[in-house]
Amino acid sequence: MQLRQLTLLSAVSWIAGTGLALSQGQTLTIATVNNADMIIMQRLAPKWEQATGNKLNWVVLEENVLRQRATTDIATKGGQFDIITIGSYEAPIWGKQNWLLPVDDLGADYDYADIIPSVKNGLSFNGKLYAVPFYAESSFTFYRKDLFEQAGIKMPDKPTYDQIAEYAAKLTDKSKEQYGFCQRGKPGWGENMAFIGPMVNAFGGRWFNEKWEPQLTTEPWKNAVNYYVKNMKEYGPPGATANGHNENRALFATGHCAMWVDATSAAGYIYNPKESQVADKTAFTAAPMQVTSNGSGWFWAWSLGIPASTKKADAAKSFVKWATSKEYVTLVGNEAGWVAAPPGTRKSTYDNPEYQKAAPFAKVVYESIVNADLTKPTKDPVPYIGIQYVAIPEFQGIGTAVGQQIAAALAGQVTVEQALETAQRSTERTMKQAGYPK
Amino acid sequence: MHPRTREKLILTVVGWFAAGLIFFPIFWMVLTSFKTEVEAVATPPKLFFTPTLENYITVRERADYVHFAINSIVISVGATLLATLIAVPAAYAMAFFPGKRTKDLLLWMLSTKMMPAVGVLIPIYLLFRDTGAIDTRWGLIVVYTLMNLPIVVWMLYTFFKEVPKDILEAGRMDGAKPKQEVWMLLLPLSLPGIASTALLSIILCWNEAFWSLNLTTSQAAPLTTFIASFSAPEGLFWAKLSAASTIAIAPILVFGWMSQRQLVRGLTFGAVK
Repeated sequence: MQLRQLTLLSAVSWIAGTGLALSQGQTLTIATVNNADMIIMQRLAPKWEQATGNKLNWVVLEENVLRQRATTDIATKGGQFDIITIGSYEAPIWGKQNWLLPVDDLGADYDYADIIPSVKNGLSFNGKLYAVPFYAESSFTFYRKDLFEQAGIKMPDKPTYDQIAEYAAKLTDKSKEQYGFCQRGKPGWGENMAFIGPMVNAFGGRWFNEKWEPQLTTEPWKNAVNYYVKNMKEYGPPGATANGHNENRALFATGHCAMWVDATSAAGYIYNPKESQVADKTAFTAAPMQVTSNGSGWFWAWSLGIPASTKKADAAKSFVKWATSKEYVTLVGNEAGWVAAPPGTRKSTYDNPEYQKAAPFAKVVYESIVNADLTKPTKDPVPYIGIQYVAIPEFQGIGTAVGQQIAAALAGQVTVEQALETAQRSTERTMKQAGYPK
Repeated sequence: MHPRTREKLILTVVGWFAAGLIFFPIFWMVLTSFKTEVEAVATPPKLFFTPTLENYITVRERADYVHFAINSIVISVGATLLATLIAVPAAYAMAFFPGKRTKDLLLWMLSTKMMPAVGVLIPIYLLFRDTGAIDTRWGLIVVYTLMNLPIVVWMLYTFFKEVPKDILEAGRMDGAKPKQEVWMLLLPLSLPGIASTALLSIILCWNEAFWSLNLTTSQAAPLTTFIASFSAPEGLFWAKLSAASTIAIAPILVFGWMSQRQLVRGLTFGAVK
């Protein structure tokens, strides 16, 4: 019996073990997210494989799953990934921890000077670049030009939140399921807080003062969140606490929204008649400001980083160089159409007449990204970098906890003042536990 | 209407309603998989539309379904075999030769299921890293075996309890050794129970998503990671996600449907005695 069990066990492990041998050689494992630009990269990658003789193993995961998976592996030096897709939030934090290899040695032909400075700053720590930008985005205002014309309103180049509220009141018609103010309500540091953070900046607020003391009960926060809750209730779609980027995008694309402040990277889809019913009726302007324009539009860059635990650093560098180069942008332009070229990373993309022709929103996007200065995100000085986030490891937890409080206020479970009071206390507690002020 | 007939009618309606309620999400998923991305998010939802196979084609192009499916089958079946192999002797001992602490032991085993898995993620990941088990099928088989063992032991224990002791004793009188007792008497007598336990274990392994997402990258990744790769933070993905989910659950659905009779028999085993 024992012998038979052993035989069975070894049979099971043999079946399980087959296929392992295939993973040997110059095969790189790359972890990425399922965004349209990455899908194009996956489709074009065989060109790099053919040119270099290396192979790529793709691991595609949902953003939050990827973040958890990559953090676990990198923190424990598991060495499972040779290239990982990270955001501008992680790059400086992971760089500081020495989890990533610096990538400022890709060669003179890479043309670092062509990368938009605000993007490069966002991915650096202590002047060293820790990830190369694949595509970057800011936020701006999508609006329905047909509805604006009908109502006799002209959208300014730099609207204020007061103006947005005024227009939302005129353009909301609940009997037609048409809403003036479609914004994110789903709680999460990357969901509702991605909208509320820059809005608070515009109202003159900040997450922390120079001594790292949370500022959530100050006047700008109260004004901003009261404004948000009031307008979302009066002019927003029903059940807004369930709406994140994708839900609002679907609402806007199906003609239910007059205004939507969200990612510049969604412009391509809203302009695509196959995916959007409002492709020819949409126009764009800057993200709203209020008492300041500092930090009023967010900044995010999906980037490629190389974990320090990789044993194939040279091949990995060769790939990230290829996938973020000017030549790659041209390749996408030729193969997938210029409107699909990865936006927001290189000046040369915006100088290209073909891109300008294919993407009428290019100029506004470029200005939004150039103006999104991560090192000067607020009216008053702050000890951190980041616009819609604070680039410290504790922020994910803090941002989500505060987002939940604001969603509770939006759902009417607590008042705005109560929500901010609770948020302030929990943030103070987290910061104290983390050892701030440092 | 006769009160009995009315009662029956009401029960039938309630039964169908409950079944419809449980089945509706699956129906909606299959329906969505034949829509375009824009139709999939349309409000109000569309019931009538021109079906398209586009999503299935895209899903097939972007990922090697067969590779993931084989991993799912090997891992689920492997873990179930291993768990049953360990659980049969354990449940046999507990059911027929209970000691003073058997009940406590059973409860303690179950208590290991009460801790959230993420609590042991880092220790398990380090163990896996040092033993080279990350992204291997055998690694996942071990984890799934340990994960399902308490349930498998519990279920087998309750099924074994239903087998009359006298039959086993009669066997022993005739000179059967413990091995023969289990193999020739206990197992045939409780086969429906063992089958339904194994089925449940396979289904639990098939649907497990936390460990499979965290402990595999590509070589050993099962269908749960295949599904996860079609979810996206930006953009429309419901139709493609539905198509991926439909083909991911199809094998286990067919398998469950074929073994339905066995499953029901097993789950009601001993209930009429």
